[in-house]
Amino acid sequence: MSRDPAKLIYAKSHEWADVVQDGNDQFATVGISAFAIEQLTDLVYMDLPKVGQQVTAGEEFGEVESVKAVSPLYSPVDGEVVEVHDELPDRLDDLKTDPYDFGWIIKIKLSAAPPADLLDFPSYQQQCAEAG
Amino acid sequence: MNRIVNDSPLAVTPLHDWHLEAGARMAPFAGFSMPIQYQGIVAEHRVCRSSAALFDVSHMGRLRFDGDGSEAFLDQLLTRRVTDLPIGGVRYSMICNEAGGVLDDVLVSHLQTPSGSRYHLLVVNASNRDKIVRWLTPQLADFPSVTMTDRTELTAMIAIQGPQAIEVTARLFRARVDGLKRYKAVITDQFQKPVIVSRTGYTGEDGFELIVRAEEARRVWENLLLAGKSQGFAAAGLGARDSLRLEAAMPLYGHELSEQIDPLTAGLGFACNLDGRRFIGSDALRAIAERGPAKTRVGLLPAGKRPVREGAAVVDGDGRTVGVVTSGGPSPTLGRPIAMALVDAVAVDADGGLRIDNRGNQQPAELTPLPFYRPA
Repeated sequence: MSRDPAKLIYAKSHEWADVVQDGNDQFATVGISAFAIEQLTDLVYMDLPKVGQQVTAGEEFGEVESVKAVSPLYSPVDGEVVEVHDELPDRLDDLKTDPYDFGWIIKIKLSAAPPADLLDFPSYQQQCAEAG
Repeated sequence: MNRIVNDSPLAVTPLHDWHLEAGARMAPFAGFSMPIQYQGIVAEHRVCRSSAALFDVSHMGRLRFDGDGSEAFLDQLLTRRVTDLPIGGVRYSMICNEAGGVLDDVLVSHLQTPSGSRYHLLVVNASNRDKIVRWLTPQLADFPSVTMTDRTELTAMIAIQGPQAIEVTARLFRARVDGLKRYKAVITDQFQKPVIVSRTGYTGEDGFELIVRAEEARRVWENLLLAGKSQGFAAAGLGARDSLRLEAAMPLYGHELSEQIDPLTAGLGFACNLDGRRFIGSDALRAIAERGPAKTRVGLLPAGKRPVREGAAVVDGDGRTVGVVTSGGPSPTLGRPIAMALVDAVAVDADGGLRIDNRGNQQPAELTPLPFYRPA
């Protein structure tokens, strides 16, 4: 499996979401973009939620820490955490080299459609270009 | 209410263009646009510990004192004796207020130019330079023969730090600077241009701090990098400078030191000569020395992997707040979080299982002797 960043949707706060339909339910795999990881540099700690936790679009679900700073992780969608990548906090170097496949953080069962303000890849790239 | 808004543009160091060309991430620091990192803080930290790293520290304030009585003038302001500082000597010292609170921590040097004139040099923190100039200026009135010159803008300051710094760069200077002892300095030259070479630093590693004319900065910087090319010398930013000095347990003004913290509380009694001297703050410091400081600077090893940050509360076994983290972060060398904190002396003596309130999580923390790191 190899996830194509061009086919993901993005929060302005740099989380990506890969939304798939499964029967009547929608599931989103969530991670952080290569651009965000490049900006953070030197990741040293990650704090993740537990399975069953409710998350809300635009609200914090965890934290990632670099040498100098603590950065909140914001959920791009509403729903319930159904899976957590527990191995990730011990393998932050691998998150850095493979943010879209190995680097997935949580899976969320959506309770509502993804918010309309999530960005497609070209719009997200444009935002990064303006910020960088 | 009047508000002071500092909207003046950022100052730049003589190496600013080099930083931009090297792709540094720049940020404002003490009124200067400074490089925070180039390739990455951890990588730069490791270069300094294993080879040598170059730091642009031109933002530090450089004040020169000429004239008879310079040593007497400084002696009544500094916690360390200046009157017996030999030519070529460098001392780490504090400038205190009357209450013993630290206005700044400084390096004072006694230097002699090739033509034989002698002067004292004070290197002060960038963030305190204006304050120290304002503190010293009225006191100069009693010393009419002493002139103070702010040399900061006319010069650049470069630190070269690491286990290979001395061996690789010493040959670039005319004087035999590899024979210079720690906390000694000399004025010599590099390719016929004057340079102050001081065997001092702020990383825990051996190395030099150089002061050159602003227009010579880039040439000297590039010479140093070239000299250490096969050893992997690299530029390091303020990010690595901070993680290096934290491992070496060196205080940073605004964190371990402030006008509310005296040198004895900060564990810097070695930088205070109280015997038979009077200087601003000496009476207060004598009183503190007699009764023992109520708080003390300690090293803490927080359990687990989560870094603790400045401002986190230190709590004792009963949940009482007994101190505050003054600097904290991950230690690249130790591969674990480390922190310095100011803690009630009684809580340190009791050591009943300290914890750090890490944004709501109670993280156990073990007291450890400072520094966290010493070179092999």
